[in-house]
Amino acid sequence: MTTLFGRLGLDAFPIHEPILVGTFIAVALGGVALVGALTYFRLWGYLWREWFTSIDHKKIGIMYMVLGIVMLLRGFADAIMMRLQQAMAFSGSEGYLNAHHYDQVFTAHGVIMIFFVAMPLVTGLMNYIVPLQIGARDVAFPFLNNFSFWMTVGGALLVMASLFVGEFARTGWLAYPPLSGLDFSPDVGVDYYIWALQVAGVGTLLSGVNLLATIIKMRAPGMSLMKMPVFTWTALCTNVLIVAAFPVLTAVLVLLSLDRYVGTNFFTNDLGGNPMMYVNLIWIWGHPEVYILILPLFGVFSEVTSTFSRKRLFGYSSMVYATVVITILSYIVWLHHFFTMGSGASVNSFFGITTMIISIPTGAKIFNWLFTMYRGRIRFELPMMWTVAFMLTFVIGGMTGVLLAVPPADFVLHNSLFLVAHFHNVIIGGVLFGLFAAINYWFPKAFGFKLDPFWGKVSFWCWVVGFWVAFMPLYVLGLMGVTRRLRYFEDPTLQIWFVVAAFGAVLIAAGIGALLMQLYVSFRKRHELRDTTGDPWDGRTLEWSTSSPPPVYNFAFTPIIHDGDAWWDMKQRGYERPRTGFKPVLMPKNTGAGVILAALSSVLAFALIWYIWWLAGVSLVALIAYAIYHTFNYDREFRIPAEQVLRAETERTQQLLATGS
Amino acid sequence: MARTLTVSELETTSFYDPHEHEHAAGGSTMLGFWIYLMSDCLIFAVMFAMYGVLGTSYAGGPTPKDVFDLPLVAVNTAMLLFSSITYGFAMLEAQRKRVSTTLLWLGITGLFGAAFVGIELYEFAHMIHEGAGPQRSAFLSSFFALVGTHGLHVTCGIIWLVTLMVQVARRGIEPANHRRLACLSLFWHFLDVIWIGVFTFVYLLSTLR
Amino acid sequence: MLNVRQIRNAAIFPLFTLIAGCNSVVLNPSGDVALQQRNLLLHSTWLMLLIIVPVMALTVLFAWRYRASNKQAKYDPEWHHSTRLELVIWSAPLLIIICLGALTWLGTHLLDPYRPIERIAHGQPVPEEAKTLEVQVVALDWKWLFIYPEYGIATVNELAVPVNHPITMRITASSVMNSIYIPNLAGQVYAMPSMETRLHGVLNKTGVSEGFSANYSGAGFSGMRFAVHSLSDQDFNKWIEDTRATHRALTREDYRQLAKPSENEPARRYARVDDTLYHDILNRCVEPGSTCMDQMMANEHHH
Repeated sequence: MTTLFGRLGLDAFPIHEPILVGTFIAVALGGVALVGALTYFRLWGYLWREWFTSIDHKKIGIMYMVLGIVMLLRGFADAIMMRLQQAMAFSGSEGYLNAHHYDQVFTAHGVIMIFFVAMPLVTGLMNYIVPLQIGARDVAFPFLNNFSFWMTVGGALLVMASLFVGEFARTGWLAYPPLSGLDFSPDVGVDYYIWALQVAGVGTLLSGVNLLATIIKMRAPGMSLMKMPVFTWTALCTNVLIVAAFPVLTAVLVLLSLDRYVGTNFFTNDLGGNPMMYVNLIWIWGHPEVYILILPLFGVFSEVTSTFSRKRLFGYSSMVYATVVITILSYIVWLHHFFTMGSGASVNSFFGITTMIISIPTGAKIFNWLFTMYRGRIRFELPMMWTVAFMLTFVIGGMTGVLLAVPPADFVLHNSLFLVAHFHNVIIGGVLFGLFAAINYWFPKAFGFKLDPFWGKVSFWCWVVGFWVAFMPLYVLGLMGVTRRLRYFEDPTLQIWFVVAAFGAVLIAAGIGALLMQLYVSFRKRHELRDTTGDPWDGRTLEWSTSSPPPVYNFAFTPIIHDGDAWWDMKQRGYERPRTGFKPVLMPKNTGAGVILAALSSVLAFALIWYIWWLAGVSLVALIAYAIYHTFNYDREFRIPAEQVLRAETERTQQLLATGS
Repeated sequence: MARTLTVSELETTSFYDPHEHEHAAGGSTMLGFWIYLMSDCLIFAVMFAMYGVLGTSYAGGPTPKDVFDLPLVAVNTAMLLFSSITYGFAMLEAQRKRVSTTLLWLGITGLFGAAFVGIELYEFAHMIHEGAGPQRSAFLSSFFALVGTHGLHVTCGIIWLVTLMVQVARRGIEPANHRRLACLSLFWHFLDVIWIGVFTFVYLLSTLR
Repeated sequence: MLNVRQIRNAAIFPLFTLIAGCNSVVLNPSGDVALQQRNLLLHSTWLMLLIIVPVMALTVLFAWRYRASNKQAKYDPEWHHSTRLELVIWSAPLLIIICLGALTWLGTHLLDPYRPIERIAHGQPVPEEAKTLEVQVVALDWKWLFIYPEYGIATVNELAVPVNHPITMRITASSVMNSIYIPNLAGQVYAMPSMETRLHGVLNKTGVSEGFSANYSGAGFSGMRFAVHSLSDQDFNKWIEDTRATHRALTREDYRQLAKPSENEPARRYARVDDTLYHDILNRCVEPGSTCMDQMMANEHHH
């Protein structure tokens, strides 16, 4: 049996945990219903041909966003469970979660929210928008793009599998050794953690390489670096960070897995191991990671502020320099995550001060948005509402962040709920608010109809108010000396704050519900909300010059750029769309290779997690063999005939004429 | 940048080129591969850093002087350096579109590479047999991780090389294959450079210390 | 936008007063080091509010004034650059950061947990006759062991110190990383296996306060709390005597039992402990027959 199933036995299935059994039944029923519906409506072929095997950057971008939103539901379920536990576990009560379960919940929450919510949403956004903004027809390596996406899905599936088969890590989201070593975490949890991140990490790294090459090599003629839209600039910097940071994560997780699988002594307590190296290395990845997440959203806010203020962005070049400075500085601040390790006053103050310096370009950015609004004509559509909410929320998060960068202040606030409140303040108030701005802004581009503003506003207010109600109490609790990751409390006077925080979480839940409602209502009212112009907000950058949704080939002719706000410039100067003379367009072909390679990688990971060595061997050989087989396919492109382009473009012309624009 | 445009400027400004040409496929491949190599370089940087920190943590176990066989490593280094030269010859032949001599030089490169991996495996087996396996101390852990990561890369390079030889034999040196040869060339020389770092930093300096 | 502003006004500005009114030990500590850390925290906050408040006010102001429906406001769609303004934009945060950086540099050095304290309170240098209490701290799964080397006693989950005497701690851990945090005394420092960290502080009021682990360390982490008794000299001596009177010794065997994972351990005292136990825990040679790390390294140097 051990040869056949490794350490995967019947006890790996948590049949004694009622919460998990309930969740499993719900997920299973939902899954069966979904599979049934897809089969009934005969959608499998369509999904496979048009989506799963698609190498179109737009479809891959949308799939990333769907993945991010699905995983948001899981990550948020964990959040609600934590809030509930902490609101209950007072005066001798241990709440409703035992340590085994609770410790997995907060670990999974962090891992999922960062790797499988924020990362896919940000990557999906860049995937969709960047090629359109630079006037390209696809990314530099379309197949790799599909493969990257499926690797991310593979990682997400592994994390989800750990819910029902075995368990997840009980170490906190960064899995510090020695706790995450074999001695103190002998179960499969940490192995799920390692392999989920490794599989998804390959995807992230390759997608970084891909977008970087795309932005460097595939910009439309005339688009010099200083004429790139700010969102593309921030995407460029983010992908530089991805390429320069994720290998460190890969390497450090390899070393941790060697400790766990081979018995080496990198991060063990004995025989010369050095757990502090892990902490250093993981934060050398981890700190750039938070900028990987936030930078593209800074780009989004720039685009949105400029568009909805109907005004050119104030201080474009200082915005660009600020982004570049942040990119570079993000590499020399990692130690501020562990001032309390005892590195000495000079080292600590060096890293504290470098951290503070980052707030200078960030502050400059905020001022630039402010002065973009100044003397503008601001339309408070949803994207702009999210932007203003961001500006008001993020400055507080920034302030508490700088506060934590002062080492003596960090000594009293480190690892406290104040810290938890701080990073939720910047990640929700920055990344998530930015993503909602972006979704509301670009949704009509991707789907051809706007999102319903009523439910959007309901979602907005629930989120913004819910955020403050949920996290203000955590700031307070942090100042009362309450540490994070605690499962129960002794001091009954703290309870009221946790109850308030739990209420805030409920408001956020309503915000998520309203978001889903917004999507549903908008789909129902799609004919009313239809955007026939391709430019519903009177936009400024190239993506708004295409139809909504854009044709497969994005641009019938590659645009030539004369100005930073390329599309605004074209509109000002009376640009006429080409109507004839189209040529065949060379496009990459769809392929299932990405799905297959990612599936094999995930099976390999699963086999390694459970010590099913024969399966690991078989899937590794299959993986290599299939990858080699794939390289024998030289026929990877096809031409869209000129007539087809003409048909699509004529249809658009008629649509535009009918709208009267 | 408030602009005032003259009439002639408006007339001559074009926003697309109606006579544009198709871009050749693979125009970004070399750049993309470079970027990938730089990220790979960071993996090695972490391995080097680990060795730098843990390289003297012998935990009462063997030290570099006890376990490193410098003459053997010198032979090994020669194998890899020769393989880089022969790969260079293969590229020169590929430039001239000569399939058979390209294949010949690639084959020789592969043999040198295989010899390198073989000697390395022998070295590892010997060390493990002597009780100096990766579990013995942090020094040995970081040694095996760094050298092993390099060896794994060379092994992947050999698999890639063999695949590419089949492809060149079947389709000749057409643009896609030439591009692939150039990428593997970058990869192969990159591993050579890394090995020079390993040889100096791990073998020479640790033994001298 | 009004709503956002209302929430903010209600939430942030009275925040500190609000919390100070509660039992916020971080904002109201009784030890001098913790108090200085609190002061630095507050000064930094005020310094940053100098720029945060105007930015928030301007955001609300501009959002309101330049709303699309307000046709009175000036509209200048091409205005996008002003060197003078750019200078202000970059130099205002820069100035704040220069001040804060100076504050940080000084504060970090003065309040370095490795640095022995020079005063027991504002304007009160450490008196010559004041005896520094040394405590060796070991984080175990999941309880705290305190060894008093001068007195040869040890306690679990209970710490007693004389008021107004400098306290110096040597900190390590048996298995995984923890962080010792006594908010009334001073900020936290990690406790790590096979490594030693230091912490200095003083308590200026008698009474009981709380200490705990501030770094998640596994299943029993939530119960890693201990009482800190700040006692007058007389009471402290009595406490020592009482502890010695328990007659229970902490032998190696007891320690090995103690080091096994257990949760919510009650406080207990040991009348005797051998003076090499801490050294051996730190050097990972409590198990009979194992070589101490410092010994191992010394041997290597001989080679």
